[in-house]
Amino acid sequence: MRLSTFVLIAIAVAAVVFGVSRGIQNDYVFFAGYVVLNYIVLATAWNILGGYCGYVNFGSAAFFALGAYSTVALHKLWPMPIPMLILIGGIVSGIVGLGMGYLTLRLRGAFFAIATLAMAVVLQTLIINWDYVGGSRGAYIIRPQNLEIAGFQLPYVQYLFALMLALTVAAVAVARAIERSSLGYGFATIRDDELAAEACGVPTLKLKLIATALSGAFMGMSGAPFPYYIGYLEPSSAFGLQYAVNSIAMPMIGGTTSWIGPLIGAVLLGSLQQIATVTISSAVNLLIVGVLLVAFVIIAPNGIVGLVQERRRARGPR
Amino acid sequence: MAISPELLLNAIVAGLLLGGFYVAVTVGVSVSFGILDIVNIAHPAFIILGSYIAYIVNTRLGVDPIVVAFVMLPVFYALGAAVYEVYYQSFERRGQEALRGLAFFFGLLFITEVALILVFGVDYRYVQAGYIGPTWRIGFVDFPLRMLVPCVISLLMMGALQMFLSRSFTGRAIMAVAQDQQALRLMAVNPIRIKRIAFAISIATASLAGAFLIVIQPVEPSVGREYIGRVFAICVLGGLGSMPGTVIAAMLLGIVESITSTFYGPSWSPAVAFGLLLLTLAFRPAGLLGR
Repeated sequence: MRLSTFVLIAIAVAAVVFGVSRGIQNDYVFFAGYVVLNYIVLATAWNILGGYCGYVNFGSAAFFALGAYSTVALHKLWPMPIPMLILIGGIVSGIVGLGMGYLTLRLRGAFFAIATLAMAVVLQTLIINWDYVGGSRGAYIIRPQNLEIAGFQLPYVQYLFALMLALTVAAVAVARAIERSSLGYGFATIRDDELAAEACGVPTLKLKLIATALSGAFMGMSGAPFPYYIGYLEPSSAFGLQYAVNSIAMPMIGGTTSWIGPLIGAVLLGSLQQIATVTISSAVNLLIVGVLLVAFVIIAPNGIVGLVQERRRARGPR
Repeated sequence: MAISPELLLNAIVAGLLLGGFYVAVTVGVSVSFGILDIVNIAHPAFIILGSYIAYIVNTRLGVDPIVVAFVMLPVFYALGAAVYEVYYQSFERRGQEALRGLAFFFGLLFITEVALILVFGVDYRYVQAGYIGPTWRIGFVDFPLRMLVPCVISLLMMGALQMFLSRSFTGRAIMAVAQDQQALRLMAVNPIRIKRIAFAISIATASLAGAFLIVIQPVEPSVGREYIGRVFAICVLGGLGSMPGTVIAAMLLGIVESITSTFYGPSWSPAVAFGLLLLTLAFRPAGLLGR
């Protein structure tokens, strides 16, 4: 399938999702759906670096929070429409990803993973000590009730949902495009044998930096509308452990080698958590995610996609 | 800002004592990450587990937390051996430790933290012991016993471990397993068994480190995350697998953190370790006493 066809289909699917959600006549669908979409973007972004290149990023929450806090900072300085804020959040996170990557990606993979883990703690420390964005007290963002587009009233949460939907389409399309381009093959050589790739003349550092910047940028973009969604942003909610763990667990459970894996993982796990949060409790549903993550990496290393492929191969003619 | 020499000296002494404690926290990772090349990011979770065990026994039975930790050493050793067995069978043998092995340890870290939150809540817990209140004073320098006792015991532990690694056959085999597994096989030693022993020892140290932690400060389940940056910063700065390097780096980080929190405020101290880690990775990735 050509990329343009894929994008058209994805947009059509997104339009249907939006239409159906509006048809249900319940705003909760938009609140829950927004979170699931957010996770699709995070999981897809994580997978660009983690699944394609094989470098683990534990700092998804930090990149997400960078996007959210750049919105808070700009909201006070210079109010502007959310699509602009998404772009800026993406740029900020992308640059931080690039810097982190430049310092640590030249070394063994483990160092990058450890550095991202530590970065989350440090950025949180910085935000807590930075009074301008509310420090540890947090910051309020009052969102308008409705948005008026050409005389048509759209509830604000639906607007945010539509933005996240657009971002989801963009992230999935980019991930799929990478997979089928020379960039994607370059990434795969890094994942499979970096030394051999280097020896064959693959510019590994450059490719890794591209992946880190792209992945960080999408995480930041998904965080930028978050203050408007939640209305009150404090460090512990922006840096929440659930973002870090979900953006790893979702691709791992779905399957890391193709764009569909994180999508499946995020939709399944994201919906499951929305249901579990309402019916059981939010701490228990985090425990479920952790247990699922460990169980999947041990029992089904290639995720749900891998399981399906195995079954197909077993059934098909040799 | 005028810096009085008394304040500075006190900050340095406090930093050295803190550094001694950091030795206990890091020594396990020095073995697992430094020698065995197993990126055990769940180590702080085992430390917090140690803290909570010390807390439970201390509040129920009134036993000294550090004594509890010594009693629990074999249990943590067995736990470590079991974790290594799972890790080896599922990841190391298949050559998948880079991505899935890391995710596995991250999952363990996460499960431990959430499980502790579910059982104990997010309240800070603390223990009672005779040495937690008093302070020795030499001249104008303070030696709070709650810092001094963990510092001394952890340095003793480090010394014992160093003796074990350099003198005993098993210890030497552990040092060798990082360099040449084939050579070990030729000596009729099973490298997997040696690695299991070493990893089990590394988790056993978490029992003591956990008791020290709860003696030094009140503990809640997510405290462990602050230590991930510290532990790996010390480990990398000291030079992977070097025990003397670990001690030097731990003392260094202790002093820098103590001075930062004395003169700029304690809320900045988690950032110090990360800064140190990034500087080391950028300028001298082999660490101070690296191979």
